[in-house]
Amino acid sequence: MDISKLTIAEARRALDAKEYSALDLTNAYLDAIREKDGEIHAYLEVWEDSARAEAKAADAIIAKGEAQALTGIPLAIKDNILIEGRIASSASKMLENYTASYDATVIQKLKAQGAVFLGRTNMDEFAMGASTENSAYGPTKNPHDTSRVPGGSSGGPVAAVAAGLALGALGSDTGGSIRQPAGFCGVVGVKPTYCAVSRYGLMAMGSSLDQIGPAAKSVGDAKTIFEAIAGHDAQDSTSINYVPANKPLRKIIGVPRAYLAEGVDADVLTAFENTLTQLRTQGYEIRDVEMPNLSYSLAVYYIVMPAEASTNLSRFDGIRYGHSVQAEAIQEVYTKSRGEGFGPEVRRRIILGTFVLSSGYVDAYYRRARSVRELIRSDFKRVFEEVDAVALPTSPTPAFKIGEKSDPLSMYAADIFTVSVNLAGVPAISVPGGAVERDGKMLPVGFQIIGTWSGEDTLFKIAANVEL
Amino acid sequence: MADKVDIAALAKLARLEVSDAEVAKLEKEIPDILAFVETIQKADVSTEAKTDGLRNVMRADESPHESGKYTETLLKAAPARVGNRVAVKQVISRKK
Repeated sequence: MDISKLTIAEARRALDAKEYSALDLTNAYLDAIREKDGEIHAYLEVWEDSARAEAKAADAIIAKGEAQALTGIPLAIKDNILIEGRIASSASKMLENYTASYDATVIQKLKAQGAVFLGRTNMDEFAMGASTENSAYGPTKNPHDTSRVPGGSSGGPVAAVAAGLALGALGSDTGGSIRQPAGFCGVVGVKPTYCAVSRYGLMAMGSSLDQIGPAAKSVGDAKTIFEAIAGHDAQDSTSINYVPANKPLRKIIGVPRAYLAEGVDADVLTAFENTLTQLRTQGYEIRDVEMPNLSYSLAVYYIVMPAEASTNLSRFDGIRYGHSVQAEAIQEVYTKSRGEGFGPEVRRRIILGTFVLSSGYVDAYYRRARSVRELIRSDFKRVFEEVDAVALPTSPTPAFKIGEKSDPLSMYAADIFTVSVNLAGVPAISVPGGAVERDGKMLPVGFQIIGTWSGEDTLFKIAANVEL
Repeated sequence: MADKVDIAALAKLARLEVSDAEVAKLEKEIPDILAFVETIQKADVSTEAKTDGLRNVMRADESPHESGKYTETLLKAAPARVGNRVAVKQVISRKK
């Protein structure tokens, strides 16, 4: 069995045709992980025994002729999504020994389909970062060049898919955390519409931004996973009763040219233009659009996200779960448990969030950022009246070197083209859009397509045209 | 806007122990980040934007599950327990 080019769609066909069993398939992935993951470090923990048991159960379902889209499909799960009885650490020392008390809704849905869970995968601690270097357990390497980062924060799940160590994966995307690594690693990544997928059992970072989404080898596979996990959930009161927008495709794509004027590597821009040209030959009209408030996205994001993250992370106090330092007074239990448990980037964002929410600054920073966020949202709303989708490069550069970005602001700039999507709550997909050469190696770059609210169907259609 | 950021005070508010070396580092980094995000002051927010789609979500005012169903599962994660309770250090002390 050659798993290097295998897709979920092809595995589904072969499993249903009994060309190989789900157990054979899972074993092939476990072998690949054993052979290659020492170098990539996509996984924090591999669950060989339970994966085989799940594969055998899937074979029984297939034998009965009751297979669903993901029955027997081996998947990788980001370490911030809960699976009952399994450690979920968010790649933090804070949760090094934390065992999940329940299944996330997305996990329940995958279990109901008979999917196979290969293991939990690496990430930037508490999903804060764009490189996986902020993991407390060491960085994941980019399969295209192991001296480079896979992107982040979902670097582990995405690298697992790219390296052939999983057929698909679940990540989370707060400001680009699925799309940016997908671009860096040459796979497909989706940030669904805000609240299209339940977040029950996802460790919260920025609650007005977070979404769980798929990473996969093909647009069709990403769609399959998305459809398996989307929908309303009584356990997540923010989740919506997802109904696809189902708008007729006008074949018009908007490009906010002014936003691309500076800061993008020349060959990355060329790759982006080439993809647009390819879409033109397929009958698409590429139209310049004005989105003047996009330029504020990164600034708004780095106010709203730390504000929400510092609030969400207050729950880690050494009392109910997680790292706990025993001390004389309860105040010390809090401060020491948090000081020891959280890594440097998490501490930085807690301080930043505490500042922008503090009395005296909350109006100038947090409240103003919320107002500007509405302007960004209305920019999208306006352009979607005339275009099907907006296209942008996923990132301004290809994958950078491990250790290259040492100051926080240069790392934050990696999110420049992805954060506006989370701020507006719209869906977006990153599909492979060519490659650029760095140090003699070809590195993939992502082509990002942004759709209107609940417009995933349109994104999958356009993305399939890019994929051709 | 914020020339000097009192990192030690923020760390105290956030209940976070931060070493002196890190305080010094953050005293440089946080103002840099704030100077960057300051660009939002240039945005024209004169016309008030409306937030679509926000709604209240309620559930029936009743017990969602029988009492004690998850007690053991959740207590297993606690660093310290006494019976069916999470044990914590004394919150209010007469000393000092």
